[in-house]
Amino acid sequence: MQVYLVRERKKLNITAPDASTLLKKLNIPETTVLVIRNRQLIDEQTKLSKKDKITIFPVVSGG
Amino acid sequence: MCKNCKTNPVFALHSGARLCSSCFLDYFERKVKKTIKAYKMLDSTDKIGIAISGGKDSLALLHILNAIALQQRSLSLHPILIDEGIKNYREHTIKDAKAYCKKNNIPLTIASFKKEFGFTLDKLTKLLKDNPCTICGIFRRHLLNKTAHKLKLSRIATGHNLDDECQSILMNYFKPNLELSARLGPITGIIRHPSFAYRIKPLYFMHEKETAAYALIKKFSGKFVECPYSKESYRSKLRDMLNNFEAQFPGTKEGIISSFLALLPLLKEKYKTAGTELKLCRHCKEPCTLEICSACKLKEKIKGSLKYAKPKLRAVHK
Repeated sequence: MQVYLVRERKKLNITAPDASTLLKKLNIPETTVLVIRNRQLIDEQTKLSKKDKITIFPVVSGG
Repeated sequence: MCKNCKTNPVFALHSGARLCSSCFLDYFERKVKKTIKAYKMLDSTDKIGIAISGGKDSLALLHILNAIALQQRSLSLHPILIDEGIKNYREHTIKDAKAYCKKNNIPLTIASFKKEFGFTLDKLTKLLKDNPCTICGIFRRHLLNKTAHKLKLSRIATGHNLDDECQSILMNYFKPNLELSARLGPITGIIRHPSFAYRIKPLYFMHEKETAAYALIKKFSGKFVECPYSKESYRSKLRDMLNNFEAQFPGTKEGIISSFLALLPLLKEKYKTAGTELKLCRHCKEPCTLEICSACKLKEKIKGSLKYAKPKLRAVHK
């Protein structure tokens, strides 16, 4: 699936059965990001498919 | 499935409960209102200042307080935005703040470093060669309080969340500066002074991730902007450390807050009698604990640095 990391401005192709596993593969703590699938916010337990477009949005903003 | 209505979940709470967007918004607003009520943060006839940046936390806060003010007509809201002058960052959040306030018919007061101190933060950082977060913190607090004083506000609501508070608690332990910790908590300060609008933190028990999800669902801003100076800060290192620890040991942040709240009355009592009496600064007449406030000391430092600054920087000041 196509994954876009907003903070790093980086696109990746990577597969994972669910959002939690995806974040583990990317070494990103769950508390620091929101996962958006096809423009919809999802939680970490949500199952993913190869066709999904995922955006990893950082929760840290400001200073 | 959402634990309440069995539709698609968008957020998993710390407890593991999954919620759809509608139930999540409801959960978030209820919890913030519960904090406001539990700590008696609002009076029905208050003039409340709201420190806003246009970021996710402050717009979420403004949105919830505005909903309360629409029900309690005697409550008036006065958002204040401090423009520090940080290129490629602050202009984006100012745009979001202005758009929100215009849409909801709320008067917005903007105060800027450039107008008040003669320089943007970007220029001050070059001139003073100091940590930008230190300069920003001193001037931002000063300007916020001065503006609140001018507007005759009794208190200022800030968008500090549970993560921010955990970082501040640990920073003060590590530095060490326990006296500063005595001023933390859902309602800040140790003693009250008529010239000082004390701070209230309605988002005190909300995780940063929850606030981000709330702002995202509400579409307050679609753009991610991060302060360019934040990566250099001590706070940001602590934030990373806490997030890694929370990932390994869930509940860490709530544990820190819970232990801190149990200790807070003791800290407040200890530092109540430790020379924390508020005076008025000899120069600007704003409240402070010493003869001259930190902002006036910093202004003196700027004057001194200008003598040795490059002509281009001196010209900016003129």
